[in-house]
Amino acid sequence: MKVLVPIKRVIDYNVKARVKADNSDVDLTNVKMAMNPFCEIAVEEAIRLKEAGSATEVIAVSIGDKACQEQLRTALALGADKAIHIETDAKLESLHVAKLLAKLVEQENPELVILGKQSIDADNNQTGQMLGALTKRGQGTFASKLVIEGETAVVTREVDGGLQTVSLPLPAIVTTDLRLNEPRYATLPNIMKAKRKPLDVIAADTLGVDLAPRIELVKVEEPAKREAGVMVESVEELVTKLKTEAKVIS
Amino acid sequence: MSVLVIAEHENGVLKPETAKVVSAAVKVGSQVDVLVAGHNVAGAADAVASIAGVNVVKLVDNASFEHQLAESSADLIVEIADGYSHIFASASTTGKNILPRVAALLDKSQISEIVDVIDADTFKRPIYAGNAIATVKSLESQKIVTVRASAFDAAGEQAPVAVESLSNDNANTLSSFVGVEQTESERPELTAAPVIISGGRGMQNGENFALLNGVADKLGAAIGASRAAVDAGFVPNDMQVGQTGKIVAPDLYIAVGISGAIQHLAGMKDSKVIVAINKDPEAPIFQVADYGLVADLFDVLPELEQAL
Repeated sequence: MKVLVPIKRVIDYNVKARVKADNSDVDLTNVKMAMNPFCEIAVEEAIRLKEAGSATEVIAVSIGDKACQEQLRTALALGADKAIHIETDAKLESLHVAKLLAKLVEQENPELVILGKQSIDADNNQTGQMLGALTKRGQGTFASKLVIEGETAVVTREVDGGLQTVSLPLPAIVTTDLRLNEPRYATLPNIMKAKRKPLDVIAADTLGVDLAPRIELVKVEEPAKREAGVMVESVEELVTKLKTEAKVIS
Repeated sequence: MSVLVIAEHENGVLKPETAKVVSAAVKVGSQVDVLVAGHNVAGAADAVASIAGVNVVKLVDNASFEHQLAESSADLIVEIADGYSHIFASASTTGKNILPRVAALLDKSQISEIVDVIDADTFKRPIYAGNAIATVKSLESQKIVTVRASAFDAAGEQAPVAVESLSNDNANTLSSFVGVEQTESERPELTAAPVIISGGRGMQNGENFALLNGVADKLGAAIGASRAAVDAGFVPNDMQVGQTGKIVAPDLYIAVGISGAIQHLAGMKDSKVIVAINKDPEAPIFQVADYGLVADLFDVLPELEQAL
């Protein structure tokens, strides 16, 4: 079974994003970048499937400018067999990404595509579902457990009221939730080895996908600041303030 | 402008999110129709008919839609979508699962989790875990949008409008339902609760979460948790508040033993009043708290229960 894992280069999750002074976007100059945490979980899951003998090949793919090759090398160091970089400088929406990935799915025909459920920058939570629609495959989103049983993927999903389990005939699309697994760290020897693993570059405009924007970013602002609060000395004072000042309890 | 709203329901009962999505929908369109798709959902359809602003309720009651699987639901919505300028759904796990599939089938870019409607094409939405608010304008002929329910007030009531039954049987071969494991709780649902008390890593273990019960009982509150508490196995994941869990905006949010990481704040910083109880005076949660108490939660919780 071939597994395709799309990954995204994003701001490091510990960094607090700053809005540019001209309100045009978030300022990413000199900000630490990393692999999106949900994508790390997707890579880990694919590698575990390989270690368990159900996957034979794990291909990592990333779409964006040259810098995202750094995250592809990380995926290779973690255990992916091969990487594909779809190179573009265009600002992409989830639909564009899904369309480019659909072209790759057509070429590579993986039985399973594992993506993160959302990127922590755009917070869209769309690409996996869109890829499911475009490739006419079933989708197991927000997965906290994935079991391959022959030609079927059994996916336990984190839903609002608890957990839901669905069964998807392969080929299928799965998106990862945080609790699917605990990603491993790349070891130095594996980082060295990853430098010799194949990384193919494909120019996005050779894939025949229209990347023209369909959503215009009008402006980006800081969220409304909360007024500084007060510290109270005792539970009694807290309850009094909640009753008489904030009036949220009676 | 006409809007199709996808109703949110569970076990045949309408969820409160729907009335909030309708109130976002009436800001863009004069005609708001609501699709109720599921199995044995006539009761939910009747409830939708009484939400102020709803024009017509479209009811599709068929076993194919019992578990609201994305594959069959998306195909159904695409069949009904023609003629609507907007399609709105709640940014719940159900809406997030289905709507992007609809958008791709219609070849449209989707706008996720709006918190404000500027005009029929322009919306505000948080990005980067709520650390920035983007104003985005859809250039699409048909706008596909999910709505952060906590950012909108529920629409009021009206004399019930007509419920139109449609027949549709989308047998879906791409996925099938196996089972569900629901978290049992007598407390109000997190996303709709007026008061929430949440525990974090500081609770130390799952048993200690019972200490929150007494306070929650007195306040009629729902109980939430930080990711640290969920990952440590103290409580189930559907109690998680944050960027990757539930987004809440209650009147009162009490954070107990929660440091206040970016990802947690993303889920609760729009609460009206925030109370933080933490023994670390440097905890970032105090920067967003209206009332902070530096103390050991194991002393405070019994005292608080007594005082209420």
